[in-house]
Amino acid sequence: MTVRSYREALHDALRTELRRDESVFLLGEEIGRFEGSYKITAGLLDEFGPKRVRDTPIAEEGFTGAAVGAAMLGLRPVVEIMTINFSLLALDQIVNHAAKVYGMFGGQARVPMVIRTPGGGGQQLGATHSQNVELYYAFVPGMKVVAPSDPADAKALLLAAIRDDDPVLVLENLALYNTRGEVPDHDEPAPIGTARITRTGTDITLVAYSRMAAVALQVAERLAETDGIDAEVVDLRSLRPLDRDTVVASVRKTNCAVVLEDDWLTYGIGAEVAATISDGAFDWLDAPVRRVAMAEVPLPYAKPLETAALPSADDAIAAVRQTLDAVARRR
Amino acid sequence: MTDILMPRLSDTMTEGAVATWHKRPGDRVVPGDLLVEIETDKAVMEHEAYEAGTVAEILVPEGRAAAIGAPIARLTADSPATPPSPVPSPGSAVPAASAPPESTASGAAAVPGAAVEPAPSESASAGAAVKPAPSGSAAAGAAMSDVAARVEGPGRRAATPLVRRLARERGIDLSAVPGTGPGGRIVRADLDLFGTAAVSPVAGAPAGGTDRREPTAVPFDGVRQTIAARLTTSASTVPTFTVTASAAVDDLLDLRVRVNAALDGRKVTVNDLLVRAVARALRAHPGVNASYSPEGRGRTLLHGRVHVGVAVASPAGLIVPVIHDADRASVTDISARTRELAGKAADRTLAPDELADATFTISNLGMYGIESFTAIVNPPQGAILAVGAVREEPAAGGGTVRRLRCTLTADHRIIDGALAAQFLATLTGLLEHPLTVLA
Repeated sequence: MTVRSYREALHDALRTELRRDESVFLLGEEIGRFEGSYKITAGLLDEFGPKRVRDTPIAEEGFTGAAVGAAMLGLRPVVEIMTINFSLLALDQIVNHAAKVYGMFGGQARVPMVIRTPGGGGQQLGATHSQNVELYYAFVPGMKVVAPSDPADAKALLLAAIRDDDPVLVLENLALYNTRGEVPDHDEPAPIGTARITRTGTDITLVAYSRMAAVALQVAERLAETDGIDAEVVDLRSLRPLDRDTVVASVRKTNCAVVLEDDWLTYGIGAEVAATISDGAFDWLDAPVRRVAMAEVPLPYAKPLETAALPSADDAIAAVRQTLDAVARRR
Repeated sequence: MTDILMPRLSDTMTEGAVATWHKRPGDRVVPGDLLVEIETDKAVMEHEAYEAGTVAEILVPEGRAAAIGAPIARLTADSPATPPSPVPSPGSAVPAASAPPESTASGAAAVPGAAVEPAPSESASAGAAVKPAPSGSAAAGAAMSDVAARVEGPGRRAATPLVRRLARERGIDLSAVPGTGPGGRIVRADLDLFGTAAVSPVAGAPAGGTDRREPTAVPFDGVRQTIAARLTTSASTVPTFTVTASAAVDDLLDLRVRVNAALDGRKVTVNDLLVRAVARALRAHPGVNASYSPEGRGRTLLHGRVHVGVAVASPAGLIVPVIHDADRASVTDISARTRELAGKAADRTLAPDELADATFTISNLGMYGIESFTAIVNPPQGAILAVGAVREEPAAGGGTVRRLRCTLTADHRIIDGALAAQFLATLTGLLEHPLTVLA
């Protein structure tokens, strides 16, 4: 085990795969000479050369499409899209090509490509640069979407994504890049489609992914100290495929749940989780499933407004207390 | 007017209890609609409508039992003149007394293009403050059901799904349970309190007594009634004896480790190997795979097929799902089937045929560290095997040996001591030479 940042863990995974597999190459805006807007690709151009680490023009649809083609012909491109907001320019290549080719053409070609891209607000980047639109991709059969919340999963899930034979979007998060944690020294990928219980508990289930999964852990620890509440935290890790069994098993144990998400509430990923719980744990529910999400607004630029609109640990704690008040189990 | 009758849903069922009505008076019904869930002596089963019509009257309320063939509800043939009794939908007007929930997102409407529909939320209906959207995250509960519950009137108490299930299992009438959740909803904590304090205090308890040290009466559900009746019959009418033998199972446990290493993910348990060994031993001793029959001057029914019941402690009580033709199943097959049946037992979704026709039963309390015990024969089966835990014991020649104790309880009317002893000798021989279990 070595303590690494989320940023370093992603870098380690890329370097491991570039060394391991000649067919892996990187492409994206400013990932080479500038070493990436968030420095994930630092040093890789020097080590692997311009054939394996390719700077592209500011043309997301073009370079994402190039990656789809390269993947169909047997390479393993890893695309960096500077933030998930810009992936909207490549939406047609992702949704109508990357996700469709394998199923639509009788399995003649697979598309083993990876799109790495960070989401998340809170950096005062304005409404068009602060979104959480991973739902657009998690919605599409043919895609896989993973969303690591700590450095160990960042490495293990990126390794898994590169080795997977289907298109995988790896959702990174601006607010997580500098977080640190223990990372195994080995290069074992994590299974895609498996959630992880990051804290076991008996009173209530917190379901989250990406940044909110980290928040959920902090919330659980605070609630244990201040309220004596023993919360279980389920980190989804994968949004498609979604590990419904782990979520349902946890709620069957705790009888209530709060879903934390950084995206908007209406039609959001929390709605899918809530429906999953209703399907699989209806007869075990002692309170309605509650969701904590972002305010239904384009994210404001002004710092106080931005902070107020994003879901916080305090919002999550309030939701947990309200839920446990409703089942009269709060101590 | 058509009567809906208590259906016969299992071979041994004599009466059924209404677990849940899915239709209420005034509801239209078409063939295939889920009408009612019936709790039999073995499982909770769904019953569908066979004819179209409108539910006029429910004769047997939830939680009450009726004999097979007894009318449990009445259906009127479809006619537009029949006014259905009013069942307000969530969309109907909310009585003025309960204020409609506030919009959680009223502030959002100030942002052009970002207006959201008012989302009734539990926090709002419970009077808790919710921040308008721009000043905080939206926290919305799935509260339509809550609103619906409050406008449904006095006929139906608001209770959580968990409470409805537990009440069904414990035979508790929810109309008597005070609810302390939002809007008077009954939550599990209410049920637990009610269960310990107020369930039918026995005679002699002080009036209005809430002393929780008083004994409480928990009514039998269908499963418990069956257990009580069957075992009383067995213990009072069947002459039994027991024989115990122990097997050295070091090789068996080693074999299991090797099998599991080879299986790559799927695991077989000691119990799976035991089921297979028992099935083979029964095949070798047909006289143990037998039932007593009182016909004529009494006779022994020798079963041609080997169906092994495996006792499972489920939330509903003791349940014995059956591995049919266990002598013809591989260990991995037995393992997969046992796991599936145990899962269904936990969910109370076992089908009657999954519980029927056992010719022998295994009861294993090894996981609790029990050394050995005796079980009660489940008539009409002739014998039952009680299995203890694997224990490490000093070996006669030094060192240690891991041993497993098995106790056979047999119906002496059809099985004699020598036969029981031979059966156990075969079984321990199989367990001590485990390749013969797999062969």
